[in-house]
Amino acid sequence: MKKALVFFSSRKSWTLPYLIFSIVFVIVPLLLIVVYAFTDENGHMSLVNFSKFLAHPEAINTFVYSIGVAIITTLGCILLGYPAAWILSRSNMGYSKTIIMLFILPMWVNILIRTLATVALFDFLRLPLGEGALIFGMIYNFIPFMIYPIYNTLQKMDRSYIEAAQDLGANNFQVFWKVVFPLSLPGISSGVMMVFMPTISTFAIAELLTMNNIKLFGTTIQENINNSLWNYGAALSLIMLFLIAATSLFSTDSKNDSSQGGGVW
Amino acid sequence: MVRRVIEQVYLWILLLLLYAPIIIIIVYSFTEAKVLGNWTGFSWKLYESLFDTGAHHSLMNAMINTIAIALIAATVSTVLGSIAAIGIFNLRARSRKAMGFVNTIPILNGDIITGVSLFLLFVSLGITQGFTTVVLAHITFCTPYVVLSVMPRLKQMNPNLYEAALDLGATPMQALRKVILPEIRPGMISGFLLALTLSIDDFAVTVFTIGNQGLETLSTYIYADARKGGLTPELRPLSAIIFVVILILLIIINRRADKAKKTE
Amino acid sequence: MQKDNEPIIEVKNVSKFFGEKTALDHIDLSIRKGEFVTILGPSGCGKTTLLRLIAGFQTASEGEIRIGGKEITQVPPHKRPVNTVFQKYALFPHLNVYDNIAFGLKLKKMPKDVMEKKVKAALKMVGMTDYEYRDVNSLSGGQQQRVAIARAIVNEPEVLLLDEPLAALDLKMRKDMQMELKEMHKRLGITFVYVTHDQEEALTLSDTIVVMSEGKIQQIGTPTDIYNEPVNCFVADFIGESNILNGTMIKDKLVRFCGKEFECVDEGFGENMPVDVVIRPEDFYIFPVSDAAQLVGKVQSCIFKGVHYEMVVLCDDYELTVQDYHGFDAGTEVGLLVKPMDIQIMKKERTCNTFEGKMVGENRVEFLGCEFDCLSENIKGSVAAGDAVEVEVDFEKVNLEDNASADMIEGEVKFILYKGNHYHLTVHSDWDEDVFVDTNDVWDNGDRVGITIPAEAIRVMPAKADGNVN
Repeated sequence: MKKALVFFSSRKSWTLPYLIFSIVFVIVPLLLIVVYAFTDENGHMSLVNFSKFLAHPEAINTFVYSIGVAIITTLGCILLGYPAAWILSRSNMGYSKTIIMLFILPMWVNILIRTLATVALFDFLRLPLGEGALIFGMIYNFIPFMIYPIYNTLQKMDRSYIEAAQDLGANNFQVFWKVVFPLSLPGISSGVMMVFMPTISTFAIAELLTMNNIKLFGTTIQENINNSLWNYGAALSLIMLFLIAATSLFSTDSKNDSSQGGGVW
Repeated sequence: MVRRVIEQVYLWILLLLLYAPIIIIIVYSFTEAKVLGNWTGFSWKLYESLFDTGAHHSLMNAMINTIAIALIAATVSTVLGSIAAIGIFNLRARSRKAMGFVNTIPILNGDIITGVSLFLLFVSLGITQGFTTVVLAHITFCTPYVVLSVMPRLKQMNPNLYEAALDLGATPMQALRKVILPEIRPGMISGFLLALTLSIDDFAVTVFTIGNQGLETLSTYIYADARKGGLTPELRPLSAIIFVVILILLIIINRRADKAKKTE
Repeated sequence: MQKDNEPIIEVKNVSKFFGEKTALDHIDLSIRKGEFVTILGPSGCGKTTLLRLIAGFQTASEGEIRIGGKEITQVPPHKRPVNTVFQKYALFPHLNVYDNIAFGLKLKKMPKDVMEKKVKAALKMVGMTDYEYRDVNSLSGGQQQRVAIARAIVNEPEVLLLDEPLAALDLKMRKDMQMELKEMHKRLGITFVYVTHDQEEALTLSDTIVVMSEGKIQQIGTPTDIYNEPVNCFVADFIGESNILNGTMIKDKLVRFCGKEFECVDEGFGENMPVDVVIRPEDFYIFPVSDAAQLVGKVQSCIFKGVHYEMVVLCDDYELTVQDYHGFDAGTEVGLLVKPMDIQIMKKERTCNTFEGKMVGENRVEFLGCEFDCLSENIKGSVAAGDAVEVEVDFEKVNLEDNASADMIEGEVKFILYKGNHYHLTVHSDWDEDVFVDTNDVWDNGDRVGITIPAEAIRVMPAKADGNVN
């Protein structure tokens, strides 16, 4: 009793509204996904949704293909974004801040408009839509999420580490691979979180970029929900949820850096 | 020297690629052609017809819905998130960690999981989906970002400030209003703006929670449009306007942030 | 004048626990009106916690605190007649100098004109006239601290609490501010309670010093008392520099240390009692070897310190630190002399480790949460397995190891005392009991060590019935 009283009079109790909100709109809905995934249309406990998934090579293909696209996109973002982040981190503050702003600015244009603009660009350059356009569009959409966290960790890195390495006889190449790169891994891992997962879960974008020729996993989920196959859709969502959990366990340090996404402002 | 030039060229090529689509949209907003890519001479006609009431009633309606949803969701998220951040900040390490984890779930989940899960919640409860459900859904994924932008302000705050206020005779509520609130206000403002843009930009969560009562937001409008096989030409001037407005907004905010930093 | 002797703050039997940790352990303290009291101790000794209990930012787990005769243990901070100056100033960054200082007055709904007068007077007091409308973030550290002091004193508190207010300032600024604080204390005539870890600051400023360590008050006294007559090794070591040596009180006014006998002024310790001897480095007379020398030794090192020289002299086995205006080069043979009244004798708190334990087998005893072998000839009196026993271990018999293995009890070195020819270590074991060790090895504060005790060093005796043995 007394403990409860102390709780309500202290500022800790201010967590309560949000806690209740989170339970209703975050935790219960997630549990509903699990419930729906393990029940059939009549509400009976069943694994039918999962056996359906395994029985459909098409669905599995889409799943694997989506992961593949996400991996390529993520690698593309690292390969293109790391040098940019590296160059920016070595420029003077005012200049690099402006350029970072410029990299992030397109994010504030509606993602669908951006995608349609990419389609327009390919049309304009008379390039065919398809896998190439898909990868380009994905990288185009997500590369700022890779550059920003990497830039942040590189920016915060103490210059004296580099000087110490040089002092101890490392050449530029060794300085980079033995000191800079390992120290920037937290930035890369949060970048991976911010690129890999949205890539897997996007839908609509792939259809627009490939003229409906390629479907990603997100689209499959949406179509099933749209067609009132809620249980199957929930099962597919659950599979994706596991993939997300696995990825986020993989990149452990992401928590510190995810807050930096909001630091753009 | 050569290296510096190569570096800068690389940066600017990357930027050019990023901006190419947007530039094309802006350029082609000044021509009448129905199909993007056809240049039929300079014209303001698309801008005129965008603001010509009645001509694109549904597009403007979608725009108004988008802004209304964003404003409501961002306001509620900012209040809810700021209160929550103060609460979480005062928790002990273990509960703070737990709440922090709950807070990151919507961020980690990705739009589609949030969308599907909320869709299932609303259908299970038998709630008709529409404006309210979209707003609730947007609050769900916006609030964590507000918490994340208010939290650093609380952490940076000199822990003695609150005590100093009490020490000088302020009641806990007065101390909160006169000392803590001014301190976290910048975090609340950035949280609000972030929530605003996230809400305006959202497509996936909206699609799952908008129902079939004919409600449209900008995103769903464009999606429907695109599936029909083309972009309504008026979307070009609209996107151009949105882009420019956001550009100006960002410049103002950045200036403010710089100023704030300089006085510190 | 009689009123001045009334206690304004009374701390009675106060303890504070943070979970398992004891921050304050049965503190009793009485502070008189108008006094300048300094609470002095190393970081983590509980001094700030004590101040925060008085300010009301935290509540005592046990005991009672009174201010001006009123019990205020549970009263929230905004209802207490005290104001605090924080270490990092804690000025409100969104308010200018004037509004910071007027903060408390505004809350009291004071009329504008009165408020303005008071703020101006407070600014004048801290020497910051004309700074009213400056942004607090544009002020230097020293200026910010002045504003913080003005903000506190403008409310005319009965007691001003200062939590290491000068710690963030550079040395010169700190010295200036010390003088100003002392001056301010005189002019205001209110009670100052000042927390610091800087012993020099404490000696300079205070009427009374309260030395704390490990959540306990070690000594309360005037600066001269504390310096000249420390009650234990901790105080002697913490305040100023000192030579602390093992000695034996042969009889009243005669003490033996460094292998020689010395006249002293202390009595009442009994005969042939082990004691600790404290001699301040400046109390030694150092001169070329002559008949007057009580001790003869060789200078090991000589460092010029500005006003004096600091020399380490090796006499027999003992390293003694000596300060004098005359320097002797390293290698010189010198004589040392110390006056009887400069020899400070302290009763030893303990002469060996004493633990409560339990017999677990014929030659096996459990204490410190571990089992140890012991020798039957070291068991005094009759004990059987299962009996509660008392275990004694001499300081020098305890071994410390760098790498603890699994069956060893581990601990952390938390206090090191140099005794001239060896170190006396206090090791806080993970069993939560302190183990005292004499060693010639050099350890650092905070080192993790494994503790071993050989069988022959363990003396076992039946536990005394009343269990109240120290």
